[in-house]
Amino acid sequence: MSGKREWLERTYAGTPERPARFSTVSDLEVEPLYTPEDIAGSYDEKLGYPGEYPYTRGVYGSMYRGRLWTMREFAGFGLPGDTNARLRFLLEHGQTGLSVAFDMPALMGYDADHERAQGEVGREGVSVSSIHDMLALFDRIPLGEVTTSMTINCTASIALAMYLVVAERQGVPWERVAGTIQNDMLKEFIAQREWISPPEPSLRIVTDMIEFCARRVPRWHPVSISGYHIREAGATAVQELAFTIADGICYVEEALRRGLAVDDFAPRLSFFWDLQNDFLEEIAKLRAARRMWARLMKERFGAKNPRSMMLRTHAQTAGVSLTAQQPLNNVVRVAIQALAGVLGGTQSMHANSMDETYALPTEEAVTVALRTQQIIAEETGVANIVDPLGGSYAIEALTDRMERDALRYIDHIDELGGMIAAIERGYPQREIAESAFHYQRQLEQGVKTVVGVNKYQMAEGARIERLIIDPTIETTQRERLREVKRERNGAAVSEALRRVGEACRSTENLMEPICEAVRREATLGELSDVFRTEFGVYTDPGWL
Amino acid sequence: MDGRRIRILVAKPGLDGHDRGAKIIARALRDGGFEVIYTGLHQTPEMIAEAAVQEDVDAVGLSVLSGAHMTLFPEVIRLLKERGDGDVVVFGGGIIPEDDARQLATLGVKAIFTPGATTDEIIKWVRENVHPRD
Repeated sequence: MSGKREWLERTYAGTPERPARFSTVSDLEVEPLYTPEDIAGSYDEKLGYPGEYPYTRGVYGSMYRGRLWTMREFAGFGLPGDTNARLRFLLEHGQTGLSVAFDMPALMGYDADHERAQGEVGREGVSVSSIHDMLALFDRIPLGEVTTSMTINCTASIALAMYLVVAERQGVPWERVAGTIQNDMLKEFIAQREWISPPEPSLRIVTDMIEFCARRVPRWHPVSISGYHIREAGATAVQELAFTIADGICYVEEALRRGLAVDDFAPRLSFFWDLQNDFLEEIAKLRAARRMWARLMKERFGAKNPRSMMLRTHAQTAGVSLTAQQPLNNVVRVAIQALAGVLGGTQSMHANSMDETYALPTEEAVTVALRTQQIIAEETGVANIVDPLGGSYAIEALTDRMERDALRYIDHIDELGGMIAAIERGYPQREIAESAFHYQRQLEQGVKTVVGVNKYQMAEGARIERLIIDPTIETTQRERLREVKRERNGAAVSEALRRVGEACRSTENLMEPICEAVRREATLGELSDVFRTEFGVYTDPGWL
Repeated sequence: MDGRRIRILVAKPGLDGHDRGAKIIARALRDGGFEVIYTGLHQTPEMIAEAAVQEDVDAVGLSVLSGAHMTLFPEVIRLLKERGDGDVVVFGGGIIPEDDARQLATLGVKAIFTPGATTDEIIKWVRENVHPRD
């Protein structure tokens, strides 16, 4: 009999347990104790050293002793000038990278003056319709010196083109431009649900961008393979891990089919994970992800360059875990989630603000979020030791478990014919909806606790300050756009859009024609219309 | 219940893709014994009003998390009235501040459920406040 089993019978059985379900927030049941018996395999094979294959312990040798993670608070609201002021405020307060949130019309391919943009201009992010908006957004921000992350997907090709044209105007060569664009269309169909055209042509645009960046913008990450939205939509940690890695497989396969060599593009693929409340599970998830990706790239795709095997990632604390009730408690949740991100070895991070269940964050709230990261970095000491939890029996056992469970999902997706086929039959979508429903039932039955919501409630809601978006900005933005359209050379715009349409119909890479159209002041909505015409429009199948 | 089952349209207006709540509510209402039609995402107020009329529903539940609720809710109500279906009960949920919820109530939105509301609470409210239309 094993020592652990003996202890369970000899000692543990005699001590009472609380009447609780001992499972993670994803409802993964955990054992009371983990010991060396729970960890199989050799150290070198499964963990290795930081900065070395399989990168379980971190992608860089010195990790945060070499360089702290990039603190990147996501910001965007109102007019480009409003967001520009917020970005410069954050840089002045010690933030080390920029991260831009666009409004729903920009994210869905509509200009501010479109009927469908009504009520949504500048509400969930910054309004951007033309190159003039992008110029105002990055006014007095030297693009050769900062790195920028842009959270945008079905219109990512247009946003990147605009960013590159801003760089041109600032005299910064494309080779020096660095940053990340989310551009992960697969997870859009799975979870975030912002799209224009169906999965196939959407994947073609992503692949064009991977190819284009590999050639022309070598410091840019052309896709950020995102588990965040999958998790926020209700997936478990294992599903987040599995579907995200499966999306990554799909992008790699598509780029290989295009004829690119794996080591020419894989080093620029990056990832983005959610950081939920379950501290140990999240740390294990990040470590498992690195090991899985390294093995896949080496064994399945034959990568030779170690950089192709390194899973570099951004992470964000879980928006969905924040509560409207007793909102100050959110500061505590965010701190714990962010700590998991650091102990999990993230390369950059956004910590949510306490007020984000109500609206976009106020300046005060986002400052607390940034300070949370700085306190973790500079007061707690956790950044002094590389992968300080490596070797914890519980962490290693959970890491193994998550890898094993996620691989089962990935095998199933392979059997279905890959991620596009799986999406077309609604497989990941339904799995996620099922998990979301299960969690909701657990909350309502009190099996899972959310402090202040289903336990420890208080009668009076704490009132906190809320960022109010001035409703007149919509009119202002529409008028500005009207002026841009009046002043520009209409014939040049039409010609440029025609060229983009032509490229859509051929196998030509779309990025150069899109850049040219942006230079000639074609708008985001007009370019999206070309996609609509050439590639068709996707509508939600409305699966429950 | 008097006669036929209550029919509810769960609709997701606006451009955002936050459908986690709408899908949970749709499923819970269905489990609660109602007939539920889910529109899917990215609906315009016109599409929603049209679907409500076509499907002959007794209530429309709108889910909005984009901040555009002050534009979208009143527009759906206006269009329902315009089509002669002003007696369809309109309720909703999402990230909707108290002040806005009060204003929406005066415009004819019968109930607003905000984060933390349980599916049982919503089912109970529907049982008490929605009745089959003639």
